[in-house]
Amino acid sequence: MGKEAILRVDGLSMYFPVYRGVLRKKVGEIKAVDDVSFDITRGETLGLVGESGCGKSTTGRAILKLYDPTAGRIELQGRDITELEGDELRRIRTDMQMIFQDPQACLNPRMTVGSIIAEPLDEHTRLKRRQKRERVRELLDAVGMNPDFENRYPHEFSGGQRQRIGIARALALEPKFIVCDEPIAALDVSIQAQVVNLLEDLQKQHNLTYLFISHDLSMVRHIADRIAVMYLGRLVELAPRQQLYSMPRHPYTKALLSAVPEPDPAREALRERIILKGDVPSPANPPSGCNFSTRCPIAEDKCRREAPAWRKMDGGRFVACHMVQ
Amino acid sequence: MSETASSQSTVLEVKDLNTIFRTRDGEVHAVNHVSFSLDTGELLGVVGESGSGKSVTMMSLLKLLPSPPAEIVSGEILFEGKDVLDMSDDELRELRGGEIGFIFQDPMTSLNPVFTVGYQLIEALREHLDISKKEARNRAAELLSKVGIAQPEQRLKDFPHQFSGGMRQRVMIAMALACEPKVLIADEPTTALDVTIQAQILELVRDLRRDQGMGIIWITHDLGVVAGIADRVIVMYGGQIVEHATVEALFKDPQHPYTRALLAAMPSVDAERSERLHSIAGQPPSLNKRPMSCSFAPRCEHAFGRCSEENPPLIETAEGHQVACWLEHPQYMKPPSEMQMRETF
Repeated sequence: MGKEAILRVDGLSMYFPVYRGVLRKKVGEIKAVDDVSFDITRGETLGLVGESGCGKSTTGRAILKLYDPTAGRIELQGRDITELEGDELRRIRTDMQMIFQDPQACLNPRMTVGSIIAEPLDEHTRLKRRQKRERVRELLDAVGMNPDFENRYPHEFSGGQRQRIGIARALALEPKFIVCDEPIAALDVSIQAQVVNLLEDLQKQHNLTYLFISHDLSMVRHIADRIAVMYLGRLVELAPRQQLYSMPRHPYTKALLSAVPEPDPAREALRERIILKGDVPSPANPPSGCNFSTRCPIAEDKCRREAPAWRKMDGGRFVACHMVQ
Repeated sequence: MSETASSQSTVLEVKDLNTIFRTRDGEVHAVNHVSFSLDTGELLGVVGESGSGKSVTMMSLLKLLPSPPAEIVSGEILFEGKDVLDMSDDELRELRGGEIGFIFQDPMTSLNPVFTVGYQLIEALREHLDISKKEARNRAAELLSKVGIAQPEQRLKDFPHQFSGGMRQRVMIAMALACEPKVLIADEPTTALDVTIQAQILELVRDLRRDQGMGIIWITHDLGVVAGIADRVIVMYGGQIVEHATVEALFKDPQHPYTRALLAAMPSVDAERSERLHSIAGQPPSLNKRPMSCSFAPRCEHAFGRCSEENPPLIETAEGHQVACWLEHPQYMKPPSEMQMRETF
């Protein structure tokens, strides 16, 4: 690629302790994110896909320092932000923002749209009232909404419009990097396309970098340049879009792709489907060796003993699997 | 519709169903003039966005909507020739869960968290079939193993929270199948599940259908799911059926502009990747008025004068392919200039 990495994540782990009993004794850990490494170059969209509970949202939140990671290192624009606290952390927050899944839950129902979007400006800038109002109107316009909506309340808008409000707020401080946590999962198909197109337009205009978290593999294929696949807290494969979709290497990626229904009965009938057996194991008690070994169709003894290493392959691909040569 | 309605194997037939909700802010016309039929062994897909009336239509079939506010103002729902709307409460109770099974979207809210799964399955069985507790228990275990749950005898003693999402949906399917219904209505049964689990459930439904030959109505917003399992598809928009076709015809030759736009708005995992997604501008319609014009007209690229004046009826454009659009209507006049030209030459 040759481009500078805006974000570099190295060995990120996020364990949540499990307490039991009257004395709240620590009895175990949920390894929500386990030794995850990747980087994102400026202006790129990295898709992070996986099933529910695989730790993709936790990864996004840990990167934004909404959690304190258990281990690992996060570098934003060359600066290590893992240990930042207090004022320093607050200052760096203007560079990284988040768009949430549920636009209903992330907007305060008692605040007007104008004050919701202005809130980051109140916190982080010294703009005058007039300037703030102008900025809010500008932002509403940028996300394709009527600037006169600033005095309305969130409940007056539909899901897609609310998501646009959430995007306007995320853009308020001109961030460099945005974590989009399932931004379209709660929307209808026809509205999803509107929001995805908006995100792409904004990316071009402002040279934004996205971490796009989603479980929708076909939408990720559309929006992302490179895609990372996560399973049970670990990355299993990371590759540029074309390579990942046309030639998946990890058995989990293969199964995942084959499970996506295709809106075409002719192709759907011809496709080879890999139906995985069973459920995802609990992250509190992951299997020994490779996390996927319990459901993997090609697992061997070695897979159940040893966790595979995260290996670099040709063409910018990374895979964690013993069976991939 | 004509050819299926007269056929012997039609189990369920809906004619001109209209359901409205009377709220304090006025009436909501959730279902308008919906007619369709279902044959034995057939899988009918119902596609539409949220608020398109697909769930309300199916809830109306079993009179599951709370009334008030909901009211079925007109229509006929014929199950094996008998009108469901005229049935007594007792007859309805027999029908629900007996002859017609229902699977809801969210398995956690449909299972009672304070009873074991076995208790709930056995309750359903004993309600509808005249069998002893022991027989019911055996049958329940058999059902669980049929839907692919390992160690069924032990799992009967478990509570719903001890099952994962996919497993719970399997339990719901087992419950819906308990009395070997003739019709199964599945309302977004895989929407809350992950794709790999969804693939498992779809595979299960394919097998069950082959073995039991029931008619299935499958409500979903995912055209991809429909493409994989349905025989015929109904596309709903604004509480009305806008297109009705076999699955092959619908995907090969979609005729309603809404269906076409919906297909174009969906990216795919292995087809050509387009630079930009085709989005449908605007918002779905509010249903507070009886539709007097085409409800898709404000968002339609091809809308012309008549679309905003008159509601298009469903017309048959090919055998078994119906569409509600003025563009496809035989009375659709090409722009007058074109017509005159043709006449003069």
